[in-house]
Amino acid sequence: MSEHRVNLTINGRRHAATVEARMSLGDYLRDEAGYTGVHLGCEHGVCGACTVIVDDRAVRSCLILAVQADGAEVTTAEGLADSDGTLHPVQQVMREEHALQCGFCTPGIVMTLAALTGGQDKADEATLMNSLSGHICRCTGYQGIRRAARRLAAEPGT
Amino acid sequence: MNAPQLPQGLGAARYIGQRVLRKEDPRLLTGRGQFVDDISLPGMLHCAFARSPIARGNIVSIDTSAAKDMPGVHAVYTQADLAHFNAQMLSFFLLPPEVEITPLAGSRVCYVGEPLALVVADSRALAEDAASLIEVEYEELDPVVTLADARAGPPIHPGTSDNVSAEMGDEELDDDLAATLNGAAHLVMHKVVHQRISQAPMECRGVVATRDGNEELTLWITCQSPHMIARWVSLSLGLPQTAIRVIAKDVGGSFGLKNHPWKEEVSVILAALLFGRPLKWIEDRYEALTTSNQCREAEMTLQAAFDAEGHLLASHGDYACNNGANPQGPDNNIAVHMFLWAAYKMPAYAFLTRGYYTNTMGLAAYRGPWALESLIRETLLDKAARKIGIDPVEIRRRNLVTLKDQPSVSSMGIPREDITPAECMEKLLQHFDLAAFRKEQVAARAEGRYLGFGLATYVEPTGSAGSMPVMTGELAQIRIEPTGKVTATMSTHSQGHGTATTMAQIIADRLGVAYEDVTVFEGDSARGGFSPGAAGSRQGVIGGGAAISAADLLAAKVKTIAAHLLNASAETITINGGMVHVAGAPEMSRKLGEIAAIAYGEPDRLPPGCESGLEVQHRYQPPPMTFTSAAHACVVEVDAETGFVKILRWISSEDCGTVINPAVVEGQISGGLAQAIGMVLLEEMPFDARGNPLAATFKDYLLPAISDIPEFEFVHANTPSQALGGMRGVGEGGAIIGPPTLVNAIADALSPFGELPDTLALPLTPTKLLSVIEGRDLTAHSAPAPVVVSADVPASEPAPAAAAPAGEVRVEGAWDMVLKTPMGPQGMVVTFAIVGSAVSGRFDSPEGTQEFSGGTLEEGRVRFDLKVEKPMKITLKYDLQFDGDSVSGKCKMGMFGSAKVSGTRKV
Ligand code: FES
Ligand code: FES
Repeated sequence: MSEHRVNLTINGRRHAATVEARMSLGDYLRDEAGYTGVHLGCEHGVCGACTVIVDDRAVRSCLILAVQADGAEVTTAEGLADSDGTLHPVQQVMREEHALQCGFCTPGIVMTLAALTGGQDKADEATLMNSLSGHICRCTGYQGIRRAARRLAAEPGT
Repeated sequence: MNAPQLPQGLGAARYIGQRVLRKEDPRLLTGRGQFVDDISLPGMLHCAFARSPIARGNIVSIDTSAAKDMPGVHAVYTQADLAHFNAQMLSFFLLPPEVEITPLAGSRVCYVGEPLALVVADSRALAEDAASLIEVEYEELDPVVTLADARAGPPIHPGTSDNVSAEMGDEELDDDLAATLNGAAHLVMHKVVHQRISQAPMECRGVVATRDGNEELTLWITCQSPHMIARWVSLSLGLPQTAIRVIAKDVGGSFGLKNHPWKEEVSVILAALLFGRPLKWIEDRYEALTTSNQCREAEMTLQAAFDAEGHLLASHGDYACNNGANPQGPDNNIAVHMFLWAAYKMPAYAFLTRGYYTNTMGLAAYRGPWALESLIRETLLDKAARKIGIDPVEIRRRNLVTLKDQPSVSSMGIPREDITPAECMEKLLQHFDLAAFRKEQVAARAEGRYLGFGLATYVEPTGSAGSMPVMTGELAQIRIEPTGKVTATMSTHSQGHGTATTMAQIIADRLGVAYEDVTVFEGDSARGGFSPGAAGSRQGVIGGGAAISAADLLAAKVKTIAAHLLNASAETITINGGMVHVAGAPEMSRKLGEIAAIAYGEPDRLPPGCESGLEVQHRYQPPPMTFTSAAHACVVEVDAETGFVKILRWISSEDCGTVINPAVVEGQISGGLAQAIGMVLLEEMPFDARGNPLAATFKDYLLPAISDIPEFEFVHANTPSQALGGMRGVGEGGAIIGPPTLVNAIADALSPFGELPDTLALPLTPTKLLSVIEGRDLTAHSAPAPVVVSADVPASEPAPAAAAPAGEVRVEGAWDMVLKTPMGPQGMVVTFAIVGSAVSGRFDSPEGTQEFSGGTLEEGRVRFDLKVEKPMKITLKYDLQFDGDSVSGKCKMGMFGSAKVSGTRKV
């Protein structure tokens, strides 16, 4: 199995590693870099639990290889809140709207919403709902997730 | 949203009833949860399984040499290596299975995906590589896959005479019942075929196992109660329960699947004991879909007779479920029959119920395992309403038990004291203008749009305790620290339920402290005490009661100490905002922490005889069962071009008593409803004729997404229950009442095309609905589908009836017998004493000894009654036929119908 050198930034910290060619970014983030907030729910690109932000875009980390993230800036759910514990606006709204139960799908949903509401051109409600249809939550019946997305679409950009 | 009403005397409700933010969320939102796969231990290695590619066959040989030789592989184990542990597989009720189930397959395989070797390697990837190198030679046999196969095919398990895993009820229809059914003005027959479902929690199963020294074992494992796992594993391995520590801080959903370990988890635990280093196995989604226990596959035929006005007269149900090869319990789902008509005025009901073994993945529990009763009853009622020509609301009004009809007992012996399905329905109708909808429906049909209204009502048994050994009360241990902080260890467990939040709300409320100052710890068998955790919608009811009683005991102690210290009388003391106050003397107020510091550190200052410290524990024993009631309604539009169903509106009117946190209650109902919508429209785990599971990814097994689920509206009715605090369970209801609500709406929408097929087979895919739409002439609006009217019970197998005389038979002496009870087979030794034709004797079982007398012997046929007190008062009527050294027959168990008995002479 061939091995490759990768350098990337995760949650603002630099990481250098040697990884097998077949290692997914998700496995690398969890098992090598220690960001276990990246959850693997299917490893075939359907559930969305593994979503992280790679260079400002929400990406399913089970569908890209660690080597493909060489040179990239990666953000996981661990990297969103302030160091004093203040939640990111997406996290805060999700908490207020009771958008989670077991919390397994949650980091992926947080990252998709953060990617789509964080930049200059904030997505509208329809775009958020479409994007969320790529996330499976088995617990909540999506009620709080929908309310949170609506609020985020309505609130002024961050 | 209604303000929650609280039962008399339940605190000032500062927190109970509020949408308090959850304690669990900051951790989970920031990726700091602790799930099994997040655990890494020094020296830990990884496991993968080699699995059977065939559904039924004998194992000729297993060659693991190539796998063992692979670099990075440390060990490969087969059942031959694990056998010496003699690990006993157990059901949820901690009973051994009646057929042989081993952690890894031994000499035979009985379903596709059955694990037969476990590889230990440096990484999961290497372990999987090595598992693919294991060569197995099989002697393949034809599999038994469907219920029809199971009835006709050869027994799949050696040592059994057929594939019936459990059976109860009566095969012959009682004459009176048959006469009522046949003579009724309307007899409606309805059949439901429920597909197999995958519980599919978003976190797959997993375990990290490490042997600590010679006799201790630590497990991180996906579960519904760490205490339950510790007890199960200790019984399975013959170790003391305290030697096994089970940690499960966060679990990513379970829904019944993770009640207790099964073959894979046990194999990993045994391998860790053998290998001596920590081992991890994390199931991937392919394994989870195809080789985790599945659920639900069953079919049922229900007949119900009505008088000319639509009042229920009598009913008969015939149920069968496909348990697979190695089910967690070889169930016949007796609960289906117990609760089928519990909310209705149904004078007479009889049933036949069977579970079958097949060469498919074994079944386990899933949210409301008996839910088929509500699906078939509520869809039958709508069908009957159309036939009789009355409204779906009206047929329920005429038949539901109302508060005025209580207390009363259902025809199956279920006591009804405070169920409110009728009241929930009336409340629901205040929020939905049915007359207006009917107008809209007519107008829409004129435009070729098919709208439908669906209604369903039900009751659900929750908070069950005291009738089965594992269904215990719940424990709360609460401590006020000298810091003023309150900590509690509870026997509850959350896989998303939010018990750390709801229990803290109760404790804060009852103690008079801030919610922020209360922390609840659970998820570790080293803390708290036993309970089965999230099983049977019990934690809010029983855990809540425990939190109330422990907090009240602690508050009383604080008041006693404070009164003594402040020279006041205890009645004048109140606790509020973490402060102790004396009525009329604000200057005497003290911080709770100060009282605590004295209670722990200066026992001399305490009242005489007062134990030092401020910590109490209480195990709350609730009433045996607490009912939750509900009525739901939804509106759908079915696209006649595509067969797609769009849900336009959904209203839940649920009576779950005192609501601790409306957001948590609504979350439970919503999650169950989403699963219900999945079951009706999307989800299916099919098998091909060779027993291969055909849904191996989330592209084949369709889970509902946000776009499939409407917004739910909630109407909370709040009739406090008789449990302390007045709560009623709410964990399963959505998954039970959701399916009939939606099916009824679809049937209503498509009524211009006629009835849905006589056999309702889920899921109702667009293709199936199109066949209904296209199979009918659109102009033939008024011709309903013919209803099959028959009072015959569908063909049944001959009973091991006690009929044929068998010559001279020696009955005297001891016999090993097995009674197939609803909870699983129960072994006992029965000793008979015969005097002439009089029979007396004794039963010996692990539950104790019981004597009987007054029986009769006639040509090898022995009949006698046995009165038992536990788990409930019931007279068992045995009717046994002895033949040589074997005995068979049945035991009539009151309202439970009959159960099979078999046995051999004790040697
Ligand atoms: S784990 Fe990546 S989409 Fe499911
Ligand atoms: S909260 Fe459990 S899967 Fe979404």
